[in-house]
Amino acid sequence: MKILHCPLNGPRNIQEFVYGGEVASMPDQDAGSDSEWTDYVFLEDNRAGLVREWWLHVASGYWFIAERDTSSDKVLRTYPPDQPFAGGGPARKS
Amino acid sequence: MPFGLLKYGFAKQYPARGLLPQATELKPRYDVVIIGAGGHGLAAAYYLAKLHDITNVAVLDKGYLGGGNTARNTAIIRANYLTPEGVAFYCESMALWAGLSEEFGLNIQYSTRGHLTLAHTDSALRTARWRAEVNQHLGVDSELIGPDEINRLCPSLNMSRATRYPILGALYHRPGATARHDAVAWGFAEGAARHGVEVHQHTEVTGINVRSGRVTGVKTSRGPVECNIVLQAVAGSSSLVAAMAGLKLPIRTIPLQACVSVPMKPFLDPIIVSGSLHVYIWQTARGELVMGGATDPYPLYGTRSTLDFKEGLMAHILELFPFLAEARVNRQWAGMADMTPDFSPVMGLTPIENYYVDAGWGTWGFKATPIAGFTMAECVAGTRQPQLIRPFRFDRFDEFEQVGEKGAASVGH
Repeated sequence: MKILHCPLNGPRNIQEFVYGGEVASMPDQDAGSDSEWTDYVFLEDNRAGLVREWWLHVASGYWFIAERDTSSDKVLRTYPPDQPFAGGGPARKS
Repeated sequence: MPFGLLKYGFAKQYPARGLLPQATELKPRYDVVIIGAGGHGLAAAYYLAKLHDITNVAVLDKGYLGGGNTARNTAIIRANYLTPEGVAFYCESMALWAGLSEEFGLNIQYSTRGHLTLAHTDSALRTARWRAEVNQHLGVDSELIGPDEINRLCPSLNMSRATRYPILGALYHRPGATARHDAVAWGFAEGAARHGVEVHQHTEVTGINVRSGRVTGVKTSRGPVECNIVLQAVAGSSSLVAAMAGLKLPIRTIPLQACVSVPMKPFLDPIIVSGSLHVYIWQTARGELVMGGATDPYPLYGTRSTLDFKEGLMAHILELFPFLAEARVNRQWAGMADMTPDFSPVMGLTPIENYYVDAGWGTWGFKATPIAGFTMAECVAGTRQPQLIRPFRFDRFDEFEQVGEKGAASVGH
């Protein structure tokens, strides 16, 4: 069983979570061009190495961010989304 | 062919057949460099040389020939897709498959088995009927069958109504087949080499040179190579290689696990798939059961196997074939599947001039090997997108013209 540390609920079986995609900032809703939106909606960095990504704890409906190495499958840390986005609007990719 | 076979059978000696010429030094310049010596890349090289007379071609691979996803798939070939674009494409592929053994002079063990996609719910029945209608319209042999016919085709299948997901019907695709995956790669490699194509194994591409929007060559672990055209065919590493050229793809790389059982006596003729139960299973000529399911729940560049996956898979296999409870798993492995948002590939021209991709092959790439090579060769030789793969073009996402194949490709690879 693989354990993921939820910032709200503590260590849980990874089967309780759903992967939610890379953290990316949303284009400006009025000024964003079509290609910016295509990039945001469909294209992926899909890096091998350290990435920041969204995860959802399904049972509690809680979204958070994990830093994970996609080569070794090690999760380095998890934290609530208000840290990187404090003061700004939501910029989440799901 | 039969006489040749007979003669071969009675021969006194069977000298080893060297399929590829000895490796040479890299030339400083090629017309076309193909990155990835798997089935797709080698097929593209083969058809470039054979049909388009482009023979100054190098196929480079950081590992060995056919050692990536060509060796890791579960070798199922079918054309019973959902969208007209997908059905037409895979149908052409099957036409090529059927003639490959003859064309190569190498037995690729193409074996027509029949393919059953089981339906356990009303909605699955509806999708099966939908696929059957689209398939028949395009001349592909698929039909919706009921429990009696399923039982006749596969008597060992548990047809009891007293299971959690009783079998209500199935999409029966008569031409569904399997083939020996290594043989396909080697057949294409040998054919390409015979036409003068160079296959360089253990030659890693470490960079791609692009000058004012146009590709000019590649850097490799054995030195730089100039070229007019680059084609990448690197399932499992598509995003990483494309990133070297400055391209971002609509791909998430997610492991797909599979396993085989110990060999047992033949009991399973058709290929059995259940989308609702997330399993597929078929029996090889040497008696092993090949088993797999859906992809892992999140992206990873790794090929580890997990117990979670195995437990879920086996629970469902035992619903279909309860008598396998004592059977043992012999081998397990995973491949890295380049999943696209619409479960269709990304093929052809890119925003970079003379840079071509054959990517996004997720869990559906093996069956497309010949036609992907055929159409990519046509694309490279003609510098335009052939009609058959126009729906799979890179910029379909800009135009919101996705080809949604999830219903036919997510589990029944």
